[in-house]
Amino acid sequence: MVGTIVRDTSDSRQDVLVAPPTEVAAARSTGDEDFSALESIISARHLDFFYGKEQALFDNSLEIKKNRVTAVIGPSGCGKSTHIRTYNRIFELYRDHKASGEVLFGGRNVLAPGTDLLDLRRRIGMIFQKPSPFPMTVFDNVAYGLRQHYKLGRSELSDRVEDALRRSALWDEVKHKLGEPGIALSGGQQQRLCIARCIATEPDVVLMDEPASAIDPVATSKIEELMESLKANYTIVIVTHNMQQAARVSDYTAFFYEGHIVEFGPTTQIFSNPQQKQTEDYITGRFS
Amino acid sequence: MSAPSSSPAAFGGAPATAPLAALRPRSHARRKAVDGLVKASAWVAASFGIAVMLLIVYEVVRRGAAAIDWGFFTQAPPVVGEQGGGLGNAIVGTLVITTVAALIALPMGFFGGVWLAEFGRNGRLATLVRMVANVNMGIPSIVVGVFVFAVLVRPLQHYSGMAGSVALAFIMLPVMACTTEDILNLVPNELRESALAMGVPRWRVTMGVIIRAARSGLITGAVLATVRVAGETAPLLFTALSSPYWLNGLFGSEGFFGGPTANLTKSIYDFSGMPYERMQELAWGGALVIIVAVLGLNIVMRLIFQRGKEW
Repeated sequence: MVGTIVRDTSDSRQDVLVAPPTEVAAARSTGDEDFSALESIISARHLDFFYGKEQALFDNSLEIKKNRVTAVIGPSGCGKSTHIRTYNRIFELYRDHKASGEVLFGGRNVLAPGTDLLDLRRRIGMIFQKPSPFPMTVFDNVAYGLRQHYKLGRSELSDRVEDALRRSALWDEVKHKLGEPGIALSGGQQQRLCIARCIATEPDVVLMDEPASAIDPVATSKIEELMESLKANYTIVIVTHNMQQAARVSDYTAFFYEGHIVEFGPTTQIFSNPQQKQTEDYITGRFS
Repeated sequence: MSAPSSSPAAFGGAPATAPLAALRPRSHARRKAVDGLVKASAWVAASFGIAVMLLIVYEVVRRGAAAIDWGFFTQAPPVVGEQGGGLGNAIVGTLVITTVAALIALPMGFFGGVWLAEFGRNGRLATLVRMVANVNMGIPSIVVGVFVFAVLVRPLQHYSGMAGSVALAFIMLPVMACTTEDILNLVPNELRESALAMGVPRWRVTMGVIIRAARSGLITGAVLATVRVAGETAPLLFTALSSPYWLNGLFGSEGFFGGPTANLTKSIYDFSGMPYERMQELAWGGALVIIVAVLGLNIVMRLIFQRGKEW
């Protein structure tokens, strides 16, 4: 499956510079690894999605590679969020939202009836656009999922909470505020708290739905650094409006347009040498 | 079309229509006059409502304050025509009847509202339940009283405080359910999604996160629903009736609440019609106690609610 992946740090695909983001993208080089040799952790196959009678996704097929960051980009309303919201079936909160097709995870179609949603969501965590700390203390926020899924002793619980906060680059800022309400933190801290809450239960995949669009640039760069360090242990799928961000943090990028996946490939290729005219128009800002 | 744009689909750029400056804008004087008129009407209407309330409070305080002394809270009413006495028995009766009503209706209404907001949502059953609740809220309270008279008082062959509680609970139930639903609907869906995305079952998300986020609003709603029925008279006319005596235990010889039970609103109703000055004075005093309690709790709860946005 995975084997050894030699990741070349020099860039060989710098020839076509279409957009400013490629300066950053050029620093990465996932374009050289053998995509098909990488293990897919999630495979969407012929995925369609409906909001009531309105179809929002059309025949989406996408491979999410293990321990890689996959960015999902595209204009507003193109189905980016809708797509990743099928992976943990969170869309089912709403009655008239329906998905059909397959989302394979661990060899099983998660869209099939009989999927254990609690187990699925333990293994596929999610970060949302708006930071959403629960109405409880910082500590209880991070401990929430752990308490739900495991029976842990007091000291083990607090060790794991501390560890999750450290890995979310938040520990130093909140170590004296563990007993304060989560909403008392700043917006950027709240979002990292949500990340800590998510990774505390050690999911296999972390879905991020525009995690940085509601917070300031400093907090954003912290979260981007965080993603880089989380990549070793987690698979990340990030939906973003911000193309520079996609170029900075991701290994692979999927470009969505009107519910279709127009192009999917290594991030360097998408940003430096897109194969589709629509992709090129979008990343160069010539999109109407 | 004085300035056709070069490409019609272009974003921004010069408008394709004639410049607006060439047109005469609507008369400012007229718009200002209409604005003033609307503002003035709103002011008059609002002032009228507030003035009526202040007048009522003023009159009740002026007439009722004389009746309020220690004895008012500790004594039962005097024999008709005599001096002294108080409405202590009615205050206790109202407290007990209202509390029991709250114990019946608040949990049911709460869970009903939780079900509507979190589980029933837009389903057919929820729509039906919501409609029934709204209809129930519109039923005149005297009808509720007569209904409870038919199903509880007549079969048991006696009036009782319990029947009064049941009647009040009937009125509270839909209020509490609708309030709970409204307040839970204020909790943003992002919070539900975040909690569900942790792999937590819906009921735990509801109990541990959603209700906790809405708790101050829910408490306020419950208190306001209770306070609202505490001032009801009509449902008690055919159920609790009234009594010149103290409450004789919750489960007296005649069953729940030991028969007809003294309560403030019915006492006000009865005493205010009597041709004895002392009785009328007691009625004013009772009105004052109820108004102060209801108004006070309302204000306290609204103050708490205003700073209680915890999500």
